[in-house]
Amino acid sequence: MTYAIEMLNITKDFPGIRANDNVTLRVKENTVHALLGENGAGKSTIMSILFGLYQPTSGIIKVRGKEVTISNPNVANDLGIGMVHQHFKLVDCFTVTENIILGKEPTKNGIVDIKSAVKKVKELSELYGLNVDPNAKIRDITVGMQQRVEILKMLYRNADILIFDEPTAVLTPQEIHELMHIMRNLVKEGKTILLITHKLKEIKEAADECTVLRKGKYIGTVDVKTTSEQEMATMMVGRDVSFTVEKSEAQPKENILEIKDLNVKDSKGLYAVKNFSLNVHAGEILGLAGIDGNGQTELVYALTGLCKAESGQVLLKGKDILKLPIKKRLDSGMAHVPEDRHKHGLILDFTLKENFVIHCYNKPPFSKHGILQPKVIDEYADKLIEQFDVRSGQGKDTPARSMSGGNQQKAIIAREIDRSCDLLLVVQPTRGLDVGAIEYIHKRIVEERDKGRAILLVSFELDEIMNLSDRIAVIHDGELNGLVYRKDTDENELGLMMAGSIKKVEAVI
Amino acid sequence: MKKILKVALAAMMTVGLAACSGTTDDTASVTYGFVTDTGGINDRSFNQTSWEGLKRYCEEAGLVENQDYSYVISEKESDYVPNLTGFAGQRDLIVAAGYLFEGAIAETADQYPEQKMLIIDVESLDVDKYTNVQQAVFNEHEGSYLVGVAAAKMAEKAGKDTVGFIIGMESETMNKFWAGYQQGVYSVNPNMTILYDNVNDFSSQEKGKAAASKQYDAGAYVIYHAAGGSGMGAISEAAARREAGEDVWVIGVDTDQYEYGKYGDGTQSAVLTSMLKRVDTAAYNAAKAVAEGTFEGGIVRYSLADGGVGIPDENPNMPDDVREAVDEAYNAIKDGTVTVSETYVKE
Amino acid sequence: MKKHSQLKISLVAVGVGFLFAFLVVIVAGRNPLNLLAAIIKSISGFNILRPNEPVTLVNTLNWLKYAVPITLTGLSVGFAYRTGLFNIGGEGQILVGGTAAAAVGLLVDLPPIIHPIVCLVAGALAGAVWGMVPGILKAYRKINEVVICIMMNYIGLYATSWFTRACLPIDPATNARTIDLKETAVLGKVFENVPSLFNWGFLVAIIGIVVFWFIMEKTTFGYSLRATGFNMEGARFAGMKVEKNVALSMMISGAFCGLAGAVLILGEFGYGRIQTSFDNFGFDGISVALVGGSNAIGILLSGLLFGLLKSASSNLQMMNIPKEVSELAQAVIIYLIAIQYVVILLLDKFHGKKDKKLISENTEKGDDQL
Repeated sequence: MTYAIEMLNITKDFPGIRANDNVTLRVKENTVHALLGENGAGKSTIMSILFGLYQPTSGIIKVRGKEVTISNPNVANDLGIGMVHQHFKLVDCFTVTENIILGKEPTKNGIVDIKSAVKKVKELSELYGLNVDPNAKIRDITVGMQQRVEILKMLYRNADILIFDEPTAVLTPQEIHELMHIMRNLVKEGKTILLITHKLKEIKEAADECTVLRKGKYIGTVDVKTTSEQEMATMMVGRDVSFTVEKSEAQPKENILEIKDLNVKDSKGLYAVKNFSLNVHAGEILGLAGIDGNGQTELVYALTGLCKAESGQVLLKGKDILKLPIKKRLDSGMAHVPEDRHKHGLILDFTLKENFVIHCYNKPPFSKHGILQPKVIDEYADKLIEQFDVRSGQGKDTPARSMSGGNQQKAIIAREIDRSCDLLLVVQPTRGLDVGAIEYIHKRIVEERDKGRAILLVSFELDEIMNLSDRIAVIHDGELNGLVYRKDTDENELGLMMAGSIKKVEAVI
Repeated sequence: MKKILKVALAAMMTVGLAACSGTTDDTASVTYGFVTDTGGINDRSFNQTSWEGLKRYCEEAGLVENQDYSYVISEKESDYVPNLTGFAGQRDLIVAAGYLFEGAIAETADQYPEQKMLIIDVESLDVDKYTNVQQAVFNEHEGSYLVGVAAAKMAEKAGKDTVGFIIGMESETMNKFWAGYQQGVYSVNPNMTILYDNVNDFSSQEKGKAAASKQYDAGAYVIYHAAGGSGMGAISEAAARREAGEDVWVIGVDTDQYEYGKYGDGTQSAVLTSMLKRVDTAAYNAAKAVAEGTFEGGIVRYSLADGGVGIPDENPNMPDDVREAVDEAYNAIKDGTVTVSETYVKE
Repeated sequence: MKKHSQLKISLVAVGVGFLFAFLVVIVAGRNPLNLLAAIIKSISGFNILRPNEPVTLVNTLNWLKYAVPITLTGLSVGFAYRTGLFNIGGEGQILVGGTAAAAVGLLVDLPPIIHPIVCLVAGALAGAVWGMVPGILKAYRKINEVVICIMMNYIGLYATSWFTRACLPIDPATNARTIDLKETAVLGKVFENVPSLFNWGFLVAIIGIVVFWFIMEKTTFGYSLRATGFNMEGARFAGMKVEKNVALSMMISGAFCGLAGAVLILGEFGYGRIQTSFDNFGFDGISVALVGGSNAIGILLSGLLFGLLKSASSNLQMMNIPKEVSELAQAVIIYLIAIQYVVILLLDKFHGKKDKKLISENTEKGDDQL
């Protein structure tokens, strides 16, 4: 068997950090090859090198056995290498076909020959079982379909080595399954696929071989069929990983957060949260499950003060905070790990240390008489970095923007946990993170519970809710549609409550 | 990158050396510097005209432009002093046109008391203190009287009773235009209505155009503008109206502005006549005086009698009888039978 | 994409700008040595083409004189920019600042030294009020500050012209300005016997730079302004009073411009002006802030650079180089910084060669890109 791609002994240095250290990646033709590694392990760097965005500091790249220099993405394209990016690059108001031919329009007498393009797209779509309507507008099709358009774009340009960069981050479980199927089809038709991911389930489902990177170093390449998920996880993280969160029985104490008959309107003026009531006690994790878009965002915004509630009460330790400005709510004992860590959680252009003090910059000892105390801030940042194992190129002076997603989230968790608030509001804490980071963050959340904090966990991932929660609330169409003890329920029952098929509110304490 | 730099440097050196070898520094000729106000050198008005006067003399004297005489354009008011001092000590005479230069000239003269300078349109500098500054002023009221006569005569001929006046800014100097114009108009017909607009701007064609449009709409038959660049707007408004078939006229100021009023195929102009202010003569005379060693500081007044103000010899749009009336007024002022007041208020 | 430091990009842009100016001069058939000579003379007063010419301070002082107001307006634009705002209202703020300073300088009797300080404070306050209007509308009514700023410029132009005519003593000789300010209010020349209007107002610019740096980098207020500028939603989420920050930032920005206006009136003109058009110092500030990367030291350096390009105008013309060449150089620099991508591309090209060399030599260490 021949190799489609060989990247031999690649090393890439950035100031202060070696992103790839003597990495070797060999991808056989007609296979799905997975590239596994935690965030910050150097996956993106090695792919960027292959795609011509970076030049390696040292090392050799061979494509189909021939040594090449890939100086820019156009060279990569000419070599038949195509990349499906994590964030799609599509024009919303164009049709599928128009998007696919963009930049490579077939012309007849100087006029774009859309008809033959549609025909070709249709043929490709059928050949690989993509099932895409060539004439649909991008804005009218689902995210999963949009991803297929990206795949078609590569196929249309005759790419036969396809790189998928974290392709499942934005997909529903159903769509993920279909994507895996499409990948198998592509390989059957003679394509080679390089799949970048940190999700072991997907590797197990779709890949033939798997190369593991850790902290920029090459760990090994394994045959997926004969290797267990546990083994791959250990290679990736460098130690044994547990998939279930170990925790003792909850010891719920006094009421910390009481939500009473809360009504919130969304941006369109419709009621998104309706007569919602819920209590969270000290020493418990209450998981709020639900399908995305059922009022979770508005509920959280109303709790934190980002949007106004129409009516109802929110008591934090018995005090109504619903009318208070954001700052006062935070000060009265609420810590918050927000859903959108780029928009709300961090100031990306600030350094790590500046982000750490975003709540306390104007309080002593971090500032005196309105003047920042850089020494205190530095020490505090070093303390958090060490305690929470936040990794970055230039330590506390790293711009948040240049940190990996996992470390950004770790930084936010560190900051919020260190505020030692009675209520910790955690929204989608592990989205887009790798196994190691997820494990760490889950462990921290349980620790906080054991310290006697009240934790409200909002997540769209049922696994996470099931793993962490002591009680589970279900929100459907803005209403409380279920409230049960974790130990009394299962995935099936929760699924039915999330879909609104049954209603079961019994675990009221 | 480096290569380009090398080539550029090499080119620079060659051209530089060539240029150097061509000129000799120690010419004994007289040198002149001219500083414009913010209107620039091609303002079709004050700066341009006085520069042309200076240039005319220099050409006659066989001087080389950019070596013996040159101009510097000011972008902002705060450029005046640096531009004047840039010339100071290096040129025999510095010329600046416009009362806006008053403070800057004084500042420069304080530092360079020996420097000969000509400032046009200013007479308020202390003549005993600034002995090397010549202040040239004009009897604009006399010239304005003549065009006032022309405007009123034209209106009468057409059976109209209204004429207009647009001023760029109200000040002692500017008010002389207004005073003379009124006296001229009323000398023809005391019952004439004169519309008056102050656009408070010397460089906004739009404001000039708007004011002219307003006055024509209100029935003005002839408009005299004393508004520098803003007046160009009045002229273009008149040209546009004439092209559309309306019977209106405009009177230019400072220079013969006949050219600027052309419309249609370019054979006709909306400019009836212009009130000439011979700033070029002032610049010419001063330049000549410096060369001949007769230059003197103090106030020099240019009047109608000595050709400092007047109207052009050729006025294609002016009927003979109007021209006769204007000539009559000219002679009357010249021989003293009529005195035009600098400040005039109609009873 | 590699990131290059702002300083590097600015320096490359400036270099290319000057190179371009030289090329244009050559193409236009003028002597490029004269361009060089004019620039050197504008900096040092020394004329390399005529070494015998006496060297005076006047050129250097004129250079600094030009740098002072645009440094202040640069600080103004930079301050707003750091909070995510675009203060294009500098013209109006300068006008009201200058007029307020003139009013205090004409109507109030105070001892020397105190008098100009009070005038400056009045100018800063007037500028702050003028900046506050778009600031408040932006913060609490979400109205685009650019539109309001532009309107405030024209309101400022006409309001100051009306105010000056109506309330201040007008000089009867010209009727186009006020009478001279009281002796006590004037910011005197630093070098009395050099014919340059370089005055003590330069201290205001220096203090302004220090204040800018201190507020932005050292205070909690600056921290929250920067947070607001980088990520308004994030700052709001962290409990910062984003609206207050926006309004305050525009006020302070306006105050810097007001100071620029006051310094011009007190130091350069010595009388209140009735302006019929803008002097463009506010717009120059945009270029200065842009090239200076909106930080204190950068603004100082780019203020000096643009001041030089302006002060060179006179020497250029006297050496037979059209003054447009200096404007051209300014334009090229601004364009290059605005479309940084081109500069980054240039730098990458340059570094790309270095990269390849390193690979062939099998060097371990990477280059020093940031």
